[in-house]
Amino acid sequence: MTEENALSLHDAPTRSMNMIEAINDALDIMMARDPDIVILGEDVGYFGGVFRATAGLQKRYGRNRVFDSPINECGIVGAAVGMAAYGLRPVPEIQFADYIYPGLDQLVSEAARMRYRSAGEFTSPITIRSPFGGGIFGGQTHSQSPEAMFTHVAGLKTVIPATPHDAKGLLIAAIEDNDPVIFFEPKRIYNGPFDGYYDKPSRTWKGHPGSLVPEGYYKIPLGKARIVREGAALTVLSYGTMVHVAEAVLAEKGIDAEIIDLRTLVPLDMATVEKSVEKTGKCLVIHEATRTSGFGAELVTLVQERCFYHLEAPVERVTGFDTPYPHSLEWAYFPGPVRIGEAVDRLMKE
Amino acid sequence: MAEKTAPDTGRVRGNLPPLELYVPEPRYRPGDVVDYSHLPVPPAGQLGRPDENCPASETWPMTTDMIRVLDEEDRAVGPWNPGLDAETLRRMLRTMALTRAFDDRMYRGQRQGKTSFYMKCTGEEAISVAHAHALAHDDMVFPTYRQQGILISRGYPLVEMVNQIYSNRADKLKGRQLPVMYSAKDYGFFSISGNLATQYPQAVGWAMASAIKGDTRIATAFVGEGSSAEGDFHAAMTFAAVYNAPVVLNVVNNQWAISSFSGFAGAERTTFAARAAGYGIAGLRVDGNDALAVYAASRWAADRARANQGPTLIEHFTYRAEGHSTSDDPSAYRSAQEREEWPLGDPIMRLKKHLIALGEWSEAQQEAMDRELVEQVKVATKEAEKNGVLGHGLHHPFHTMFEDVFEELPWHLEEQAAQAIREREIKWPEWKGEGA
Ligand SMILES: Cc1ncc(C[n+]2csc(CCOP(=O)(O)OP(=O)(O)O)c2C)c(N)n1
Repeated sequence: MTEENALSLHDAPTRSMNMIEAINDALDIMMARDPDIVILGEDVGYFGGVFRATAGLQKRYGRNRVFDSPINECGIVGAAVGMAAYGLRPVPEIQFADYIYPGLDQLVSEAARMRYRSAGEFTSPITIRSPFGGGIFGGQTHSQSPEAMFTHVAGLKTVIPATPHDAKGLLIAAIEDNDPVIFFEPKRIYNGPFDGYYDKPSRTWKGHPGSLVPEGYYKIPLGKARIVREGAALTVLSYGTMVHVAEAVLAEKGIDAEIIDLRTLVPLDMATVEKSVEKTGKCLVIHEATRTSGFGAELVTLVQERCFYHLEAPVERVTGFDTPYPHSLEWAYFPGPVRIGEAVDRLMKE
Repeated sequence: MAEKTAPDTGRVRGNLPPLELYVPEPRYRPGDVVDYSHLPVPPAGQLGRPDENCPASETWPMTTDMIRVLDEEDRAVGPWNPGLDAETLRRMLRTMALTRAFDDRMYRGQRQGKTSFYMKCTGEEAISVAHAHALAHDDMVFPTYRQQGILISRGYPLVEMVNQIYSNRADKLKGRQLPVMYSAKDYGFFSISGNLATQYPQAVGWAMASAIKGDTRIATAFVGEGSSAEGDFHAAMTFAAVYNAPVVLNVVNNQWAISSFSGFAGAERTTFAARAAGYGIAGLRVDGNDALAVYAASRWAADRARANQGPTLIEHFTYRAEGHSTSDDPSAYRSAQEREEWPLGDPIMRLKKHLIALGEWSEAQQEAMDRELVEQVKVATKEAEKNGVLGHGLHHPFHTMFEDVFEELPWHLEEQAAQAIREREIKWPEWKGEGA
């Protein structure tokens, strides 16, 4: 989105939506615009998906374009690769990101490399949507954050929205993108932003500026971060649910932090990050995923490599622990105000 | 003594014998005398040919038997005889012979260090060539690495194939793929993956897309019997069955997957074609060394798919006469006699003898043709060599290494490309290649 587009956006009438509604709206708009878009996945057809993201679409666009699939992620992704080779734009849904592994080879070895290996003869303009992340008592198999696996693969783009507004604009951009895109939807914030305090009543999106979703078509370009809040004392890099947790914690602590929502991990908007760290001299990376070899490691390295002479403190990262996702101890696992707060304190002491 | 906690189900163990693990073992190893008498080779022309629109279950008896057309006297017999005219038969023969001549030359090219790797399809030429002849030219084929005969059948320039094998500066795939992993969209030939069986669900997806769009083109796919053990095979079968996809799924049973015999893919329990029954789709098992039988079965399945009657699984029963690839030495794991004794013969010889029996061909013509084909391949090879051979500098510019990862080059790849080009100046200061 160019600056001009961004401005004209504000002229479009907006509607308050939660993230699911925004995603549904994006799919609806794109299916109406492009007859080559098809949606497949477990339960996505008549029922509209277990999170209801595809609700109503089969009725509107027919069973040829929105249909249920066998419980077979290898088949879902593999068939999507073939459909894309034919000339369609499949938007498969993987019911939970945890179930992407049976389809991983089709993604990593096939979709990601199709353009490269065929020197552009065949491409994989596929957008794989999948709810991800924890905080809903989903246990080990409904809570993982596997984004680093995908950022490690040459040829895949990884997108993670943090607001309904962004979810719609980014999803439209992802669907229009001619490369395979992994679109991870942080399910903890499907219905409302989350401050990290699981034992407080949760909020809905109503009233949040990010829930004001412009009517009709608009795109948020992949590779462009969003500055959530400007600040001079500390740069916070995050994405998805953690953007909101970071916002709450830093407001609570009264620190003049610049919070950046990366929005896409590949391609990464390093220019925005560099500019911010050069200004603040301090950087904190926050994500939910396990720590070792997580995307935070990449971010810390990049900041270290490119902003070293501006740094006034070691770059910190706050992450999930290196364990499988625990069910009953989910709230001990989830990076929240305490873990983030400690890191902020260390950074601000320097 | 621990307390007994499990409920007593009443089952008594008594003196049961210990369980035994069964590990398949091929019948013959190096040095063994081969006896194929256990292998049923039914006479040609015996099996009935059901209507192409029949219920899938009508084909199931055919999945354990074998469709054969060419008989011991080199005649084409029975209801599966496709009744091809002499011109088509000669074209198929020529293409099969050309495929073999090409393989021989490329194999030598690898031995001469012109490329890293090559894979022959010796003995399997009928499968790809007759299959290609049974399809419409614009049907999409999702091949593995042993279907070079399809590209050759469809008239893909030999020079382009050699360019790809040599990974030279004219290679359309820019030197990125292993030799023989061609891609030729305009020839209906899908980009080959080194990850076995991945093309199977993709072919089904392509076929589904064709159906979604109300197109008339179908997809066909190939997999080796060894790779049919991959999950992708079963994903594809499920999808093909569920959506009644217009696809033909071929399994080339050439008995060996590198050094593992077909038993490790389950061949000792049933045929590969019989797997069709479990999915409720049509299945055919065919003599893969009989070009007419392969043509007939492929045509039957393609017509069926085009008539919206859904997928067919075809097992082509054949033998991998040569090593798996230039990196393989089959004498280390199988009897040399296997190839010599193979009861289904050589597909090129069988088709040749058939044409001679028809009075449409002669040994002299065959010899003349073979000489001509050797020359044709030689000319193409020389032509391609002008563009370089592997590792001799005539490759694509360094910058191309970073292109096509994404549609547009992101900043990090642009930075890495600059690094590669900088390194070149240090490593190869004499570099005079074109472009960056
Ligand atoms: C997923 C995967 N596993 C293993 C390999 C290594 N590999 C390459 S070819 C081959 C044997 C394949 O045998 P088969 O499918 O019977 O085909 P054939 O070579 O006999 O034509 C193996 C194991 C691979 N390329 N991909």
